[in-house]
Amino acid sequence: MEMTAITRQEKMIVFLSGEIDHHSAKDIRDGIDKIMIESKPKCMIINLAGIGFMDSSGLGLILGRYRRATELGIQLYISGADKNVLRILKMAGVDKIIKTVVTE
Amino acid sequence: MKKDNRIKINELKCVLPAKSINESFSRMLISAFITNLDPTIEEISDIKTAVSEAVTNCIVHAYANYPEKDKKIYINAQTYSDKLVVIKIKDKGVGIEDIHKAMQPMYSGSGSEERSGMGFSIMESFTDGLSVRSKVGKGTTITMKKYIGKDVTDE
Repeated sequence: MEMTAITRQEKMIVFLSGEIDHHSAKDIRDGIDKIMIESKPKCMIINLAGIGFMDSSGLGLILGRYRRATELGIQLYISGADKNVLRILKMAGVDKIIKTVVTE
Repeated sequence: MKKDNRIKINELKCVLPAKSINESFSRMLISAFITNLDPTIEEISDIKTAVSEAVTNCIVHAYANYPEKDKKIYINAQTYSDKLVVIKIKDKGVGIEDIHKAMQPMYSGSGSEERSGMGFSIMESFTDGLSVRSKVGKGTTITMKKYIGKDVTDE
């Protein structure tokens, strides 16, 4: 699992790559939370284009980050989800709660 | 094809320690096992996701408070001549008191971790059949069935 964060104007884009399961979720959670607390961006986009596999642990992770972001006054978006990832996000209605953006 | 003329092609039995590192190993194992049925990328992805959910349940729920040496996951997979895959994932953990409740979407038995409660819903919708047998204090067996190559007529 790799994580890269870049700042573009007032947006923080976090690129995730690898697989999201229960095993990897903790490190990703800690990584994103650290960025949110330290950088306090106005807007954060979690880019999932590099995610080759995601199960329900990814849902818990993303919904958890959404709650955390809301507490910190950060607007959270997701982008780059492929067909399989999107299917799982839609099952839990995450696409209705968190906006997905096409262009960053 | 009727069950009577179904011929077993291959079988896999595997016992793994219930460690989170084996979540990815078990789904890779199953996806390698079904390769000779010539599944589509989508079918592989469905099976990997369903297996990952079942194995994660063993680790997060079944064996949450068990000593390390007793935490074992028993995987059995079979492929059949009519392109059926049957996967059983068994634990000897805490068991599920109310299966109906546990299977409801968004219900999570784990309060401490960020769990979505979508595990069973995913197993159900990503396979062609899911059964859950469980006895409190004895353990849980998940059986999942999936036909490879059936999506062609569905879509």
